[in-house]
Amino acid sequence: MLETIEGLIGVPAPLLFGQLLLGLINGAFYAMLSLGLAVIFGLLNIINFTHGAQFMMGAFVAWMLLAWAGLGYWWAMLLSPLIVGFSGIILEKVFISRLYKLDHLYGLLLTLGLGLIIEGVFRNEFGSSGLPYRIPAELSGAWDLGFMFMPIYRGWVVVAALFFCIATWLIIEKTRLGAYLRAATERAELVQAFGINVPRMITLTYGAGVALAAVAGVLAAPIYSVNPQMGSNLIIVVFAVVVIGGMGSILGSIVTGFGLGIVEGLTKVFWPEASATVIFVIMAIVLLARPAGLFGKA
Amino acid sequence: MSSETTITAIPTGVVGKQSPGIWGFNGSQLIALVLMLVALGVAPFLLYPVFVMKLLCFALFACAFNLLIGYVGLMSFGHAAFFGMGGYVAGHAAKVWGLTPELSIIAGGLVGAGMGVAFGWLAIRRQGIYFAMITMALAQMVYFFCVQAPFTGGEDGIQAIPRGKLFGFISMDSDMAMYWLVAVVFVIGFVGVHRVIHSPFGQVMKAIRENEPRTTSLGYRTDDYKLVAFILSCGLAGVAGAVKTLVFGIATLTDVHFSMSGEVVLMTLVGGLGTIFGPLIGAGVVVGMQNYLAELGAWVTVIQGGIFVACVLAFRRGIVGEIGNLFKVKL
Repeated sequence: MLETIEGLIGVPAPLLFGQLLLGLINGAFYAMLSLGLAVIFGLLNIINFTHGAQFMMGAFVAWMLLAWAGLGYWWAMLLSPLIVGFSGIILEKVFISRLYKLDHLYGLLLTLGLGLIIEGVFRNEFGSSGLPYRIPAELSGAWDLGFMFMPIYRGWVVVAALFFCIATWLIIEKTRLGAYLRAATERAELVQAFGINVPRMITLTYGAGVALAAVAGVLAAPIYSVNPQMGSNLIIVVFAVVVIGGMGSILGSIVTGFGLGIVEGLTKVFWPEASATVIFVIMAIVLLARPAGLFGKA
Repeated sequence: MSSETTITAIPTGVVGKQSPGIWGFNGSQLIALVLMLVALGVAPFLLYPVFVMKLLCFALFACAFNLLIGYVGLMSFGHAAFFGMGGYVAGHAAKVWGLTPELSIIAGGLVGAGMGVAFGWLAIRRQGIYFAMITMALAQMVYFFCVQAPFTGGEDGIQAIPRGKLFGFISMDSDMAMYWLVAVVFVIGFVGVHRVIHSPFGQVMKAIRENEPRTTSLGYRTDDYKLVAFILSCGLAGVAGAVKTLVFGIATLTDVHFSMSGEVVLMTLVGGLGTIFGPLIGAGVVVGMQNYLAELGAWVTVIQGGIFVACVLAFRRGIVGEIGNLFKVKL
């Protein structure tokens, strides 16, 4: 069967599957980050430019927990989102909450500034070169799948990202809390009139969106080296993903994120030079055909 | 076209009172303009001319950006693409094709405007923050293109670009000669932007900023106006990038990188969105800060971020806007 695949597409099968897996992993990060952006945008009406910096913070907190407190990967998985999410709550309370009555633009500029500050502080503290973070012992090694070797950790990233995405989707679509959230996204004043503390819900939503970015950061730490720029390089692609998917639907951002990751991986196999730009080209095509995005409401 | 008569249907205060003056400059603006021209005349004797030229290039870039954000309300997060590409094209034209500086600058401007046609056509399909994200993503595409394309020289950039001879016979090799060229280009761009803003076209731009649906209901094709404003802004950004390349003799990836798009936003915000002199003052603050605080390294990024936050939270009018507010004049 492998020979048939190779015969059909003219590319060695391990290369194809290897890039597909890498694409899936990138897609996992796109999905988690664009999901967080969409949730925050839905309720707060701001585009969180700090998202990339918070993704980076998630990875750095994992590194610090290991280097300074001796707490391993699984503790980081639990504590890093809590710590970074809490820092997000403080940012929302102190800065962002002052801007809800103003033009969206100011929210964007404020979060851009906050992102610059965070990135600059980390660069001063840790330098620009990356810090290594080891794959936990339970997840190291690789499985022989017959057609390729799959590093266990990479498989774990895809599974974990899917789990967090689906869990977020279930919370928003199927729980009472999620119902409040969806209602407040549509008509915040009306929900407040029913006696629900909307400002607190906004704060917690921001914290949760940020925590999701931090989870992605912890997942990314053993794959990419932990460095201050890791978020800003990713976040611009994530913005393009958000434009392609449209921020109207939670499931839409998950599907778009994974799908574009795979497309990017395939492009690396067939036309490597275009792999850095393919997502932006898709964005242009989507804008021409469906300006509201694949899953967006016009 | 009955645009002047139609626009009066919008209540005064929305579009702003039209005051008589020269090329749309009112009294206080004329005084400020004369002060600016005097400062331009003495600056190269008091400060290092290359520093002033750098400042003027960024001021022109910020003027171009301000035309969009300040007067049409369009937030472009990808202006580095036009600035940087204008620089690359001018550099290539001057070095490889051997064009004279004025032709290289025009080439840079034309390429900026041409890219503006394509990007604007795509981006104005969406509004608000989507517009910002789309321009940002398209600019990132240009960045990756510049990393790979053969003519940009990748990580090295285009180096040792000759300044050449203006009109084929005036050598630009001395910094003072180059300075006067930069100053003249800046003044033309600056006055040109002002002229556009105070034309009937500019009035429609401002109407779009204040209330787009209403402008549409008055019978204006707002998308066409937005696109033309976008192209003008991109062309001017290309000119600014071209001039900067000729001044320094080098075109690199720094000028197409996203952080450059962020910096021009910062300059305009610090100076004052929608003020005429704001971009110049803002460019002075940001470029001056980079120059004099360079030894602080990454702390400059932190300070820039802090200024963003402070501007958004505490003084959204910017420096020039606050001064104008203090003396009750429009600057």
